[in-house]
Amino acid sequence: MEVSSSAKLIRKASLGEFFDRIRKGGWRIVGPVRATSPVIRREPGETPVLWKEVQALDQLDLHATQTTLSPKELFFPAVETILKYRFTGQKVEIDPLESDPPQTVLFGMRPCDARSLCTLDAVFGWDYHDHFYESRRAATTIVSFVCTQPDDNCFCTSVGGGPGDTTGSDLLLTSVSESAYLVEVLSSKGEALVAAASELFTPATGADDKLSCLPSIGKEPDAAGISQKLPSLFSQEHIWREQSLRCLGCGTCAYVCPVCTCFDMQDEANLSSGKRLRCWDSCAFGLFTLHASGHNPRKTQAARWRQRVMHKFSYLPERLNVLGCVGCGRCSRACPADVNLKESLKQIVEIQG
Amino acid sequence: MTSKNIYEPYMMRIDQVVDEAPGIKTFRLLFEDQAVNDGFSFRAGQFGEYSVFGEGESTFCIASSPTRKGYIECTFRQVGRVTTALAALQEGDQVGFRGPYGNVFPIDEWEGKNLLFIAGGIALPPLRCVIWNALDWRDRFRDISIVYGARTVADLVYKRELKEWTDRGDVRVVTTVDPGGETPDWTGEVGFVPHVIEKLNPPSEDTVALVCGPPIMIKLTLPVLTRLGFQAGEMFTTLENRMKCGLGKCGRCNVGKYYVCKDGPVFSFEQLSQLPAEY
Repeated sequence: MEVSSSAKLIRKASLGEFFDRIRKGGWRIVGPVRATSPVIRREPGETPVLWKEVQALDQLDLHATQTTLSPKELFFPAVETILKYRFTGQKVEIDPLESDPPQTVLFGMRPCDARSLCTLDAVFGWDYHDHFYESRRAATTIVSFVCTQPDDNCFCTSVGGGPGDTTGSDLLLTSVSESAYLVEVLSSKGEALVAAASELFTPATGADDKLSCLPSIGKEPDAAGISQKLPSLFSQEHIWREQSLRCLGCGTCAYVCPVCTCFDMQDEANLSSGKRLRCWDSCAFGLFTLHASGHNPRKTQAARWRQRVMHKFSYLPERLNVLGCVGCGRCSRACPADVNLKESLKQIVEIQG
Repeated sequence: MTSKNIYEPYMMRIDQVVDEAPGIKTFRLLFEDQAVNDGFSFRAGQFGEYSVFGEGESTFCIASSPTRKGYIECTFRQVGRVTTALAALQEGDQVGFRGPYGNVFPIDEWEGKNLLFIAGGIALPPLRCVIWNALDWRDRFRDISIVYGARTVADLVYKRELKEWTDRGDVRVVTTVDPGGETPDWTGEVGFVPHVIEKLNPPSEDTVALVCGPPIMIKLTLPVLTRLGFQAGEMFTTLENRMKCGLGKCGRCNVGKYYVCKDGPVFSFEQLSQLPAEY
């Protein structure tokens, strides 16, 4: 892992100043915040960590393994109005939607999540361009911190990422000593942030070894080659049936996944006005593909689970040249039935072809 | 569309409503914006997202021919929330339309060939578009045959056009209804579509077959056509997977690596044989 020539150092004591200067520069800052609630009665370290707009650095939790919900909601909200209209007499009038999302910095992302944005870019940007997504993406700068506390569900290295992966980040910070972060400046958006507080940064020296500061995440399974292997396993029903036996079809995996982008479109209206909404959906739901006639191309949970695996690891790579998984492990952590994608992939990799 | 919003529909007005069969209607639609109405073009096989504001969108093919300018038509069966709301609309009411989306029948490659159309039930609309297209270019093709079946005589759609096609003399039209679905004055065939095809024994040489119908009809018709010598690459159908966006984003219509909304809805049976059977 080479440290690029544009790498810099910032003193840890200056991070708060950097944060404030970004805000003064006109950016809104959103980052991981540990939820506190009188209702959620859990151990302090176990409450959800969510993306929230913040005013000061000390509101952020930069130590959590990752946020409980992925950052996709910041670009592709769970429910989003994509059309507004009014009924005037017998006529329908389409109303303009607010546009121009605010310039935003996501401060405290993990490399796995930053990497997921490349897949979202591919889905929302191929052929027709989805301006709801793309305008937010263009207005957002990603400040990532290398992963320091991976857990047993993490498998970023299996799918091409890593705790220090720079993909998708505009700045990537690595704690290289008690007192300093190494800052990799990875894009013009990243340069703009550094320029807002340039005197806080000093050039990095070759001695600042990023690699030795990264945690080790075992490459197990090694999913390289899985995209080529999967099509031949499509008709081996027993694999998909066994892997999905516990699946409740609840869709939680898709909800927490940084890469799942499938959506539904629904109208909500009263007598005077209405809106068309785009809502997260999941291939785990039987209704997802149900025809009006009653025919369903994916009748069983096994077929739906197979679609989930195939879409992420075979169809997306073949079609858009991106993987549909960054190995963040959220689906495995959140699954109420303990379906574990990492374990499932391991099984698939071990099948002798 | 001038809007950057790919989900924003054109506004259209219902110009004409035709009751085709119990629960099935055809709408003729005009774009409210005259410039759009004049400039709109599409090709046979493409589809659109039709919306009732306040209820949502439904996916249907464009059932009129691209050779007939100035309007589009759709034919739908009242089944769910949106189609029920659509069915309640009247001439003069507004609907939304996004499209045209999807690929097309390779009709340009069929010059000099025989065309055999085979449809069942509510699946005649996607072929009606091609039928009128071919009839408007009649001299480019050799024999044109249409085999159309429905459960009962009442369930046949486009009854007036079936008669018109029969009466023109340059098209062979065979209609059939399922046993028990005939009326005392029914002069067409009685029997299932595959049996009627077998009896008809159409030549397969230089012939393109277009087959649209319920899955069971397609399943039983294909072996008959294959026995008659039709090649999988010369037989076409449309997939009717559930869709939402029509734009290759929402992920609903995936069949393997293909998006029915982008790579379809038109597929040859040769292409289908390479796909997982998730349609």
